[in-house]
Amino acid sequence: MKEPERITLDLVRAHGLTEEEYKKIKDMLGRDPNFTELGIFSVMWSEHCSYKSSKPLLRMFPTSGENILIKAGEENAGVVDIGEGLAVVMKMESHNHPSAVEPFQGAATGVGGIIRDIFTMGARPIALLDSLRFGHLGNGRNRYLFSGVVGGIAAYGNCTGIPTVGGEVYFDETYEGNPLVNVMCVGVARRDNLVKARANGVGNPVLYVGADTGRDGLGGASFASRELTKESDKDRPAVQIGDPFKEKLLLEACLELLNTGVVVGMQDMGAAGLTSSTSETASRGNSGMRIDLSLVPRREEGMIPYELMLSESQERMLVIIKRGKERETRRVFDKWDLHAVPIGEVTDDGYLTVLDKDTRVAEIPAKFLTEDAPVYMREEREPEYLGKIKDVSISTIPEPQDYDDVLKILLASPTISSKRWVYEQYDYMIRTDTVLRPGGDAAVIRIKGTEKAIALTCDGNGRYCFLDPYEGGKIAVAEAARNVVCVGAKPLAITNCLNFGNPTKPYVFWQFRRCVEGIADACGILETPVSGGNVSFYNENPKGAIDPTPVVGMLGLIEKMDFICTPWFKKEGDLIILLGECRGEIGGSEYLQLIHGLKLGRIPRLDLERERAVQDTCLEVIRAHLVSSAHDCSEGGLAVTLAECCISNSGKERGAIIELEAFPEILSIRMDALLFGETQSRILISCHPRNFPQIQRVARRNKVPYARLGVVTGDRLTIRKIKKRVLDLSLKELGEKWRKGLSHGDD
Amino acid sequence: MKFGVVVFPGSNCDDDCYYVVRDLLGEEVDFIWHKETRVEGFDCLILPGGFSYGDYLRTGAIARFSPIMRAISNFAGRGGLVIGICNGFQILLESNLLPGAMMKNKNLRFICRFVNIRVENNLTPFTNLCQIGQVLKVPIAHIDGSYYADHETIGSLKENNQIIFRYCSEEGGLAQESNPNGSKDFIAGISNRQGNVLGLMPHPERASESILGSEDGRLIFESVVRAVKG
Repeated sequence: MKEPERITLDLVRAHGLTEEEYKKIKDMLGRDPNFTELGIFSVMWSEHCSYKSSKPLLRMFPTSGENILIKAGEENAGVVDIGEGLAVVMKMESHNHPSAVEPFQGAATGVGGIIRDIFTMGARPIALLDSLRFGHLGNGRNRYLFSGVVGGIAAYGNCTGIPTVGGEVYFDETYEGNPLVNVMCVGVARRDNLVKARANGVGNPVLYVGADTGRDGLGGASFASRELTKESDKDRPAVQIGDPFKEKLLLEACLELLNTGVVVGMQDMGAAGLTSSTSETASRGNSGMRIDLSLVPRREEGMIPYELMLSESQERMLVIIKRGKERETRRVFDKWDLHAVPIGEVTDDGYLTVLDKDTRVAEIPAKFLTEDAPVYMREEREPEYLGKIKDVSISTIPEPQDYDDVLKILLASPTISSKRWVYEQYDYMIRTDTVLRPGGDAAVIRIKGTEKAIALTCDGNGRYCFLDPYEGGKIAVAEAARNVVCVGAKPLAITNCLNFGNPTKPYVFWQFRRCVEGIADACGILETPVSGGNVSFYNENPKGAIDPTPVVGMLGLIEKMDFICTPWFKKEGDLIILLGECRGEIGGSEYLQLIHGLKLGRIPRLDLERERAVQDTCLEVIRAHLVSSAHDCSEGGLAVTLAECCISNSGKERGAIIELEAFPEILSIRMDALLFGETQSRILISCHPRNFPQIQRVARRNKVPYARLGVVTGDRLTIRKIKKRVLDLSLKELGEKWRKGLSHGDD
Repeated sequence: MKFGVVVFPGSNCDDDCYYVVRDLLGEEVDFIWHKETRVEGFDCLILPGGFSYGDYLRTGAIARFSPIMRAISNFAGRGGLVIGICNGFQILLESNLLPGAMMKNKNLRFICRFVNIRVENNLTPFTNLCQIGQVLKVPIAHIDGSYYADHETIGSLKENNQIIFRYCSEEGGLAQESNPNGSKDFIAGISNRQGNVLGLMPHPERASESILGSEDGRLIFESVVRAVKG
């Protein structure tokens, strides 16, 4: 690459900076930036790195609580206390744009980046989860993206030895051309081993560790801050190439080095690579940093300073160590056959100074790049589409003739069907702590050496948020919390990844605000503070913005692992009880979408106080060992939930007979709305008949409505209303539909 | 007795094996870094699963050149007990300590799931606590696990009772549906001719506690303890 001779406005715009932003840069510096500096500003002020559109709204999130040790935003990831001197570090991040043009490497490097964010804090990564969204599989391109993304996650996660224990996959046309790939990593550290991502101590050496720098991923942060277009395929060079083996070495070497006590600060060279890691550590440490690019290991010839500063080559870290500890440091990295090259030192002048041997190629106050980046209050407007579809009555929609068929279609739909085809490509057992495997409501990971376990899940429903972003945001949190409750864990904290369209479109920004408000309110009442997160804007395809899709990653804690609850029915003769009520809320349901092709209506209302009461009740009866199973009632409604309870324990399926007259409200609700409506705050449990009175007492004390629906028995799922058959299917048939929905029999 | 768990760059089941030996069996165990050249004082060496050298080039192909491999080869030659699990098995194949090779799974994808394996030979230091025909529930987690050897090699493996485990159904029957990766002759694990080196694709260390879904894998480690301690 050759440096342009002068900086023109076209060049500024090509860097994604506006004219006003460029003027601000000139004013701050008191001069024109050179080409390298322009590149540095462009990535640091990109939406991806600066959060310039989202920052003001993210302040609404509750971020403190008794379990929060390090709050969101203070470091690369928030830290949650789980007792006994242990802390959980978790974070979720998107890799949507790279995955749209190069699914395998896009997803793989997404996994790599988030793992580094966790171990740079001194935590051992113990689990990965993935929240994925694609267009319909009927389209070959979408199938290519889907299998490429799953393959990339598998290749990277499996090689690094971190189990991929959970996640979710949705298919909807809104994600056509702009799939969502959100990866969550969770780590555990001793509280006193936590490391900060800051540069302190004048004269302390700054080390470059890991892979050599190449031209891959050049300007990836800016690429991620634009809309995808037909020409996006040309941006393939902006996608990085992952080397999970190198990552594994980095992970072990860094954790080993941290144990020696020589580390001052550490940061991953992720988005914006060398630029962000140097300027952010200096800025957080209220110090400065001087680096010499001629010392940077590289794998290509003729790279200019601009390229070195903007490269997003993977598996690289910036490590600041105590002066005089170079030899100890080198010993660790030599053992793991990794570079650890001193490229500069910490200063106290507040500047990021970049040299190329004797030439000064950039000199910018670090805070100009971080804290002083522009912040925008974007214009917002309620979208017009809502007026047309928000309150459509379902009376015009024909009731199905055959409920057997409807249930079979729902179970066989890729969004609802078994995700075994996906998760069996992931090593979910490594580290021998996965007590509850993928496929349940939440994964459970024990913490060796304690009696504790943590529960993890991620959740989000774009269709809900399209129809009502506020309620949809609330539901994302509530459902995630309900999922961890169903396995017997107390919800502790969330992380999130907020996937939206172009924030300069007023309706997109309105969606964003309403979602954030919903998440904030739910986190407040459910007492699950936000420990960190990530915002991904510009998720658009040529047809427009994707449905607003906030994904919530939830951490739950099981204090004493003497009983962990699973979703499937277990014993013949157990009673089936629904905690919560049926309101027949059918708007925004999977049923309307799939059977009637309709994406409209009023989505289920979520009463947060009721939600909390249902969760408290469920947790109490699980902890008292009163239940045999518990399963969250979500997409597909009551009928799908019942079917899942019957068939999800392959080889040990259990049938059920359900009598719908248990619902007093039944007479006023249409059968399809009753069976497939997605009313919130419901959990389906089963229990021995002798435990029912106690469960009733707990529910009444918490003012939670409940209904005794039926009994676990036989090898069919039968639903009756006043002795009349509504639905009756063999488990064999249900199981086959559900198991083959995604795999098409391809084992 | 003392176990050694060999750590190659990219090994990732090393901690899991170490944990089973020390915490569940209560036996002595040490890690052995791959740059070491001696293995004195050990009774049994475990080559754990993982992606040594990223499995670049071919699984196990680079790890076999690690300095420790010469010592392991000598150790095995003297009759020392060696277990290669998953990637460890692949390394033993590349080192010619065991015959045959691994191909990609028949579905060409990584597979992580519990499978059933049948004990074919219990007169080994690794299976002396098992019954012939006993079915063990143990998980697999690999992409290159379809065992292959030519006709003659398979014949000699059979003749010398070197096939130790075969993939099977829950009831112990042999059928292609219960052969997860397409291995030749359902082979899940083999030994060398002398019977002191075992390679297997399933992970017994992941099936050594009831909370993880099976304790069957412990039988293999406990058999070793019995063989050594008597």
